[in-house]
Amino acid sequence: MTAEPLDVSLIDIEPVEAPWQRTVRQLKKRRMAVAGLVVVLFFVALAILAPLISPYDPLATSWSAVRKPPSSLHPFGTDEIGRDVLARIIWGSRASLLAGVVSVSLALAVGVPVGLVSGYLGGVVDGILMRLIDAMLAIPFLILAIALAAFLGPSLLNAMIAIGISQTPIFTRLTRGQVLVVKHEEYIEAARAVGNPHYRIVLRHIFPNIVPPLLVQATLAAAAAIIAEASLSFLGLGQQPPDPSWGSMLNTAKNFISQAPWMALWPGLAIFLLVLSLNLFGDGLRDALDPRRG
Amino acid sequence: MTAFLLRRIALIVPTLFFVSVLIFGLQQLLPGDPALAMAGEEQDPAVIAFLREKYHLDRPLPVRYALWIKGVAQGDFGESIRIKRPVKDLVLEKLPVTGELAGLAMFVALTIGVPAGILAAVKRDTVIDYGATMAALWGLSIPNFWLGILLILIFSVTLGWLPASGFVSPAESLKQNLLTLIMPAFVLGNAIAAVMMRHTRSAMLQVLDSDYVRTARAKGLSEWSVVLRHALRNALVPVVTLGALEFGALLSGAVLTEQVFTIPGFGKLIVDAVFNRDYAVVQGVVLCTAFAYILLNLFADIAYALVNPRLRT
Repeated sequence: MTAEPLDVSLIDIEPVEAPWQRTVRQLKKRRMAVAGLVVVLFFVALAILAPLISPYDPLATSWSAVRKPPSSLHPFGTDEIGRDVLARIIWGSRASLLAGVVSVSLALAVGVPVGLVSGYLGGVVDGILMRLIDAMLAIPFLILAIALAAFLGPSLLNAMIAIGISQTPIFTRLTRGQVLVVKHEEYIEAARAVGNPHYRIVLRHIFPNIVPPLLVQATLAAAAAIIAEASLSFLGLGQQPPDPSWGSMLNTAKNFISQAPWMALWPGLAIFLLVLSLNLFGDGLRDALDPRRG
Repeated sequence: MTAFLLRRIALIVPTLFFVSVLIFGLQQLLPGDPALAMAGEEQDPAVIAFLREKYHLDRPLPVRYALWIKGVAQGDFGESIRIKRPVKDLVLEKLPVTGELAGLAMFVALTIGVPAGILAAVKRDTVIDYGATMAALWGLSIPNFWLGILLILIFSVTLGWLPASGFVSPAESLKQNLLTLIMPAFVLGNAIAAVMMRHTRSAMLQVLDSDYVRTARAKGLSEWSVVLRHALRNALVPVVTLGALEFGALLSGAVLTEQVFTIPGFGKLIVDAVFNRDYAVVQGVVLCTAFAYILLNLFADIAYALVNPRLRT
């Protein structure tokens, strides 16, 4: 009598939930976080579809419609040279979102590898890199960004670079800290014992552990970057006229506060909503990724 | 304690060195010849030659750094090209203005943030807690220059209660001085209040769970006595030291607040310098800010070690 081959399908294995599935399930339970994500996606759609949905050309001036209050023709009113404020809000979302994405990507691209190297190697390299990070953190965030933007020259791209550089130390610190936590775990020792090269240990065994906190930090940093871009543009160091940006719109609106208050209302509200939503989503993501909560 | 102090101070030296290198290095970001960039639009050859000589631009980079840092160590932060005055004087002149604004803002932040944090922790998971937590999130998300513009719209333009801008020295009229600073201090303090509330809430929650608080309760002390006399005292330690770290946020925020309310302080100095391409002033202001921040951090750490003996070893 020969043994029957084992039919695997008969074995009752409980399906194991992948980490991302668990995170999504946890995140769905948090209504404020979901609401935040919906608003963020709304702004993303606005930025992508701007050419299709914008009621007017954001740069088109009209001397017959200078500083008109909101009406059916111009739902958000017009600005000091007759441009439609709604159109400029819609197109301005591009500058804000771009600043969020580009600055944080730059900070991640520089900060994470430096943190990995610093934490993994330790010793003198770590010592020098960390003192450099301390030095960058000793200069207040916006002041460093202003100084960088000043020397690079005012433009949206330079503002994004300046913000990205200013945010780099946060990501380096975070990555390094996480590396130090997992570096001495047994599975890392095991990976080393079987002869994995260093780069492979760092990339395949250490890095995946750092992804969750990095995701949370990246979301919150995007919110900070959007405020920073608006701040630099407000000071005149970001997006240059006539291109629309919420920060530079507020800069102009400040001068017409008594004659045309609506000019100041909408851009600020847009920044506030987008940043609040990103913060809500980031806070929810942090809770959802925390294995201690459930 | 002495060993802790010495080690902590020794750690500042490399940080200061790197800060100075970073700030000196900013110059290298200028596109093209720095002398040409600094000379402005006129491009007067005499001015260019003068700048090249003054900033030793014909010398190698390390030599230029050494000459610059030697000056800084002697209190010479360079000279403003536009206003033709030493950067040191400009900074010292603006410092009290921003100092007063920052002090008032910190006062606002503490008087709102700490009580709100205590209340949220004591009334954990109630409407009050959610309300305070939500308000803190709003405070963190609202761009402070927008809040400033809105306040001007309400209290100056519509109600006419407060001056929209300008600054009156307290020596001239203390009342006018405070009137001009109410709105800016609130705008600047608001975001820090949110941070303080979060810190106070989490510190209080931790302390309220501890054994000695349970003992105090078991002794039959009134709830207020437990919260304010027993719990708060210990919870305030991390709050105060973390508060010192918010100094950076305070200075960043001051730049925008001063711009909105046209207050002639530190922030206005750096922004004007940026537009005048007065790079020595920009560098000087950033350097002073970093020095101040490093010193404040040091004091915060020392204060923390003084009240928490476990950290001294």
